[in-house]
Amino acid sequence: MQSFRLPAEPLVVIQPTSRWSLVSFKDIWAYRELLFFLTWRDVKVRYKQTALGAAWAILQPLFMMIIFTIFFGRIAGVASAGIPYPVFALAGLVPWTFFSNSITASGNSLVGSANLITKVYFPRLIVPAAAMMAGLVDFVLAFVLLGVLMIYYHVVPTIQILFLPVLVLLTALFSLGVGTWFAALNVKYRDVRFALPFLIQLWLFVSSVILPSSAIPQKWRWLLTLNPMSGIIEGYRSALFGLPFDWPALGIASGLTIVTLLYAIYAFGRVERSFADII
Amino acid sequence: MQPIIRVQGVGKQYHLGGPATAYTTLRESLMDLARKPVRALRKNGKSSSIWALQDLDFEVSPGEVLGVIGRNGAGKSTLLKILSRITEPTVGRVELFGRVASLLEVGTGFHPELSGRENIYLNGSILGMSRKEIEKKFDEIVAFSEVEKFLDTPVKRYSSGMYVRLAFAVAAHLQPEILIVDEVLAVGDYAFQQKCLNKMQDVSTSGRTVLFVSHNMGAISRLTQRCIVLEQGRIVASGPTASAIQLYMTSGLLQRAEFTKDRRPNKAIGLRRIALVDEQGEVRSEVPYDDSLRFVLEYEVNQPVTGTSVGIAMYTVDGTCAMVSGDFDSHPELLGMRECGSYQTTVEIPPCWLNTGRYTVTVSIANASSGVVYDHLEAIVLEIVDTGTPGSRHGVKRKGVLQPLLDWTTKLVSK
Repeated sequence: MQSFRLPAEPLVVIQPTSRWSLVSFKDIWAYRELLFFLTWRDVKVRYKQTALGAAWAILQPLFMMIIFTIFFGRIAGVASAGIPYPVFALAGLVPWTFFSNSITASGNSLVGSANLITKVYFPRLIVPAAAMMAGLVDFVLAFVLLGVLMIYYHVVPTIQILFLPVLVLLTALFSLGVGTWFAALNVKYRDVRFALPFLIQLWLFVSSVILPSSAIPQKWRWLLTLNPMSGIIEGYRSALFGLPFDWPALGIASGLTIVTLLYAIYAFGRVERSFADII
Repeated sequence: MQPIIRVQGVGKQYHLGGPATAYTTLRESLMDLARKPVRALRKNGKSSSIWALQDLDFEVSPGEVLGVIGRNGAGKSTLLKILSRITEPTVGRVELFGRVASLLEVGTGFHPELSGRENIYLNGSILGMSRKEIEKKFDEIVAFSEVEKFLDTPVKRYSSGMYVRLAFAVAAHLQPEILIVDEVLAVGDYAFQQKCLNKMQDVSTSGRTVLFVSHNMGAISRLTQRCIVLEQGRIVASGPTASAIQLYMTSGLLQRAEFTKDRRPNKAIGLRRIALVDEQGEVRSEVPYDDSLRFVLEYEVNQPVTGTSVGIAMYTVDGTCAMVSGDFDSHPELLGMRECGSYQTTVEIPPCWLNTGRYTVTVSIANASSGVVYDHLEAIVLEIVDTGTPGSRHGVKRKGVLQPLLDWTTKLVSK
């Protein structure tokens, strides 16, 4: 009857975890296929029953760009570092839209998957991670729009464009950090759902999307570097338009991204074990 | 023999009324903090808690099919959730020497917008199958589910029967070393249930270890060799299935003519008490065959509710449902608004109707349309005693859920 030999050591030991135990990355690796399937599901389902479908991925930044161009580019006459304002704005809006959509999706992902979490085991971190990854597909589509606009305005990228993948990775990691932290908070405090859209609106104004950080008085500029999104978005512009990189700002952004991600994973791990009891 | 599952001193404590039972809002936390700063920081040290499971020790050998039986609230689901790693034990340790797949519900993670084909992949992956395994089993799964024609239709257009068949088909093709199954067989039509039972039997004879929880004593006795009986979070018996079922159905623990909730229900509508009484209102658990079964139910409405039903269901020893009845059957107006207050309702099942033997009575308070369940519990275990049934008067034990004393009219029509 017995079709396999029992291992000497248990494959799984279930016991109360201590406060400080970290998320098991071995476990997450073992469930990488599930991460793929959940991402695939989110991508597949996102635009079902919408008339415009995946066009939404482009429309959102496009219309924001048009509005910003009218109000800030034309009326307020914002200086945009020698780049036509529409391209300047879109280069900020594309990563920003990815960031804001992905933290919204990750932040609400755990609560939205309550039926999964109470019925089956898998590393819970996969849920916000899949929500973030699904946003990457829109991100790529929006980049196509940006490329078209750059061609239209004859903005030629330089060799610095090779730095783009690093920036995308940085954006993804920061989004994952913030989204994961909100996801954990959301389990306990449903206030998150209401606070998040509001927070994102405010965050937009301090992320160098509308104005270049050089437009901010020198005295206050250090405050802006405390917001990783500002450094990252300026980084995209440097990479795309061949402008000089603000290395200190990028360095601080990377440092803060790592800190945020580690803290988020720690905070998430602390509440992870009780998700099923609370949700 | 070395066990494949080893459970040592496992217990699970739940906090009642604390933040562990319901999500809080930031405002509440802040208010608490303002009101009683010290206590709030100490994290509701005083909130009451219950042990859903206590001092659990048992082992399961490889290839064994273990049944877990016990009344609702005895801790069966908590045990399954701990073994499937959905929730953590408060104390104790479990060692698993094999891959585990748990099936606490069919169709976990099915997405209504996705097609049947897509859901097979998604659900299989959620249940722990690798993509390769799913590809290998795909045709088998489709054949078992009998939904070939609708594979590319979103499952939201499936009938509930098709949905359940597809979901079970995926689950049935899991190949873990340890399979944990909750009452999933209580789905689908009769024929499909039988098919599921057969499949489960295949699984259990293929050398896999299965932990099986069910109320269906028929299924339990067909599939398992050994059972543990849970009562109030503890193991009260463990042994060969036949004797465990016998004990479960007949132990004094289980004869219960009255069920009272100690705590006031803090939900919109909640049960306070149900009792089986005689003509004078005295509680009793044994009812003569030729007397009616009189039930008294008391419940409280704390928020006006609409569309709710209060009902009972009776089950025989082998888990067959004998009847279901609700208070709105004879009074449809009860589906309208129920005001706040305490309610008492009585219902009678006529004498000389049900067969003799033991029955369990389940009470359920639920919203008839939305399906929200406020209370659902096995409340009473009663015995209909043989005081002269049509069968016993002639020295036979008649089969059937019913043993009605019917009025036969016989005429000599020709000679």
